[in-house]
Amino acid sequence: MSDQITFTIDGVEVKAKPGQTIMQAADEAGIYIPRLCYLPELTAHGSCRVCTVIVNGKPQTACTQPVAEGMIVENDTPELLEHRRNLVDMLFVEGNHLCMFCERSGNCELQAMAYRLGILAPKYPYFYPDKPLDSTHKDIFLELNRCILCGRCVNASADIDGKGVFGFVGRSIDKKIAVNSDKNLGDTNMAVTDKAASVCPVGSINKKGTAFKIPYGQRLYDQKPIGSDIENKK
Amino acid sequence: MIESLQSEVKQICKSCGNDRTKMMDIVRGVQEKFGQVSSEAMNLIAKSVNCHRVEVESVVSFYAFLSKKPKGKIVIRLCNDVIDKMAGLAPVADAFKKELGIDFGQTTPDGKITLEYTPCIGMCDQAPAALVNDEIITYLSSDKVRELVADLRKHYNPDKIIHRLGDGNNASELVHSCVHNGIRKKGRVIFSEYKEEAGLKNALAVSPVEVINEVKNARLRGRGGAGFPTGMKWQFTRAAEGTKKYILCNADEGEPGTFKDRVILTERADMLFEGMTIGGYAIGAETGILYLRAEYAYLRKLLEKVLKERRDKNLLGNNILGKKGFNFDITIQMGAGAYICGEETSLISSCEGLRGDPKTRPPFPAQKGYMGNPSAVNNVETLCCVARILEMGAGWFAEIGSKGSPSTKLLSVSGDCRLPGVYEFPFGIKVSDLLKEVGAEDAQAVLIGGPSGQIIGPNDYKRTICYDDLATGGAVVVFGPERDMVKIAAEYMDFFVEESCGYCTPCRVGNVLLKKYLDKILDGKGEPTDLDFLKSLGESIKITSRCGLGQTSPNPVLTTLKNFRSSYESKVKPATDGFQPTFDIKKALAEHESIAKRKSVIYTE
Repeated sequence: MSDQITFTIDGVEVKAKPGQTIMQAADEAGIYIPRLCYLPELTAHGSCRVCTVIVNGKPQTACTQPVAEGMIVENDTPELLEHRRNLVDMLFVEGNHLCMFCERSGNCELQAMAYRLGILAPKYPYFYPDKPLDSTHKDIFLELNRCILCGRCVNASADIDGKGVFGFVGRSIDKKIAVNSDKNLGDTNMAVTDKAASVCPVGSINKKGTAFKIPYGQRLYDQKPIGSDIENKK
Repeated sequence: MIESLQSEVKQICKSCGNDRTKMMDIVRGVQEKFGQVSSEAMNLIAKSVNCHRVEVESVVSFYAFLSKKPKGKIVIRLCNDVIDKMAGLAPVADAFKKELGIDFGQTTPDGKITLEYTPCIGMCDQAPAALVNDEIITYLSSDKVRELVADLRKHYNPDKIIHRLGDGNNASELVHSCVHNGIRKKGRVIFSEYKEEAGLKNALAVSPVEVINEVKNARLRGRGGAGFPTGMKWQFTRAAEGTKKYILCNADEGEPGTFKDRVILTERADMLFEGMTIGGYAIGAETGILYLRAEYAYLRKLLEKVLKERRDKNLLGNNILGKKGFNFDITIQMGAGAYICGEETSLISSCEGLRGDPKTRPPFPAQKGYMGNPSAVNNVETLCCVARILEMGAGWFAEIGSKGSPSTKLLSVSGDCRLPGVYEFPFGIKVSDLLKEVGAEDAQAVLIGGPSGQIIGPNDYKRTICYDDLATGGAVVVFGPERDMVKIAAEYMDFFVEESCGYCTPCRVGNVLLKKYLDKILDGKGEPTDLDFLKSLGESIKITSRCGLGQTSPNPVLTTLKNFRSSYESKVKPATDGFQPTFDIKKALAEHESIAKRKSVIYTE
């Protein structure tokens, strides 16, 4: 097997190493493929579907699909933009996302993705689910109203922290994050220094006492759109 | 009680080798014993098998037949599939509520009987039907419900329910069920006379590669719906690196309107296990797993008996039929009520004792399947075909049927027709000919392939059933002239909303949205723009979903939008007042008016 693979993303030639995913190769090449659940240091979850690209005519998620010689990848197309907007809309309406009151505003990947994709307000009807707030842990609070079920906390706690504090329970629209206890987060061995405490893309897992250290307006995505760090590599 | 829970749960875990991968058997065992898998039981299981408690809860909360909250000793699960509704479900449901004095989702105050709805249980040709624990009761009517409940109250034992017996093996001692096979047409492959074990003997006389070539030459494709070439699947599995390999049989027949595997399992279990053994030989597996849906638990004893007889005859076990070094056996893995487990990677997850979430592909099961080992997952009917191919030869098999789709296909026909049941037809049969055969010449619509397939109208009746035109896993549901196809589409969306595993965004949320928009249209509040909206949303779900469920779940909507557009158009109208029709301004103002203690000047009459 050759030690280099060449393929194209939207007609641009990209070099990759065998075994890399489309996402990894694109990131290195400075091409941003929108994504929400993916985090480089964790096993790809492939649940948000925002990174869906068309590979040789077939939809695949960039975060899970390995590169292959000569593959033709479409990323920045009007059709995919529409699908991605629909997906982000869905994530907004299935939860209770009140950006104007949320301490994560400006640091939230979901909010930033909506802005990047040009969404001003979801077009779907809100579900207004009834979800609990768990503030039993002394350093962390869990706010499931904002959860997008990306699985980052589940994987980080199991694979990096070696704890398994989080898991998924239920199915269909009732699927949600649960903690490894018959009671609450405060009854688990979660520590604020755990990797799982700092991977949440939205405002679901929050460290207490840190919310307003950086004021609104000066936060990560207040400055530049999400994905700018990758695009700047080019 | 706590002590007994502790020792019983420990005992159940121990009987499963305290093996975390046997979680399905463990939680099923606990559920059966205690009518629930309580929070306390979850802690005990986690301790016994050395896993996190949340892992146990994630499994228990996934499957419909498992519950954290207590259920009655008897659980009545009334099938609420579209076909059951068409066959008079409403009065039957009312009778259950009246006789038991409870609503669906409730348990009688004495804690003995729980009443629930469940999706398609594979009895569409004898609907309405219900499960009473593992027991199946068909052709329900209000009178029959009254008798059933009175009977149950005498003994609270589903085995003692008085019912007539079905035909064939349904009447055997081990099945003892009122289910009937309903075989309306026997074809040349599955239901014809055949020479038992001739296929296996022929297979063992040649090399595994030659067996695979024979299956390839027969051009056998998967009978579950996706139609992947079986020989190629086996070739990949055989070629994949790994010392342990597995062949899994998908008997999780859950596509609404499909019940042909039920009949194979009842009448052709030997043929199935023969095919599975041939598959094991071909790919180099020592273990086969039959994944049996929980709804078919009533067939388990029969299947276990057939397996035992095969072991006694050295058709399973070591050095099978004298073939040195060919060791192979089959175990049965029970499901617990989840349609998604018919998806091959979900089925593998479930066999591994996990939630039935599909797995990320690649790697495909042929590379990394059950427990990370190369695995082939085949449908029940596919494996029966294998036995016949090896018995009669690839040429014989490929000659039957149409050019691109060799051999026969079992079709489960139900709905508005005079002769519902199982038909074995050569591939290539025209829909119009099929409709004549089943007594449904006046059909307004036909669902081919279950809700994940297509709903077609008379313009398409000249089309043929085969892989290249109208592909199907076996379901054919007929809708008569009086049915409202928008309503039918909405009811099928209810099914997908319930059965989505919830892993990926489009399937979890998108299907709920499709249902909401259909309800809005059915409620008379739809606008013409909603139709384009449904189409765009449906396309997004199809394109971006992670597995076959979401990639096909919008089909009831998209195919009726295409083929029955006038039915949608007659229900929508443009809004005249500039408001969204779903927004009721008077209702929205009511609370404010009551606080302000005066009526709105503009919006109140």
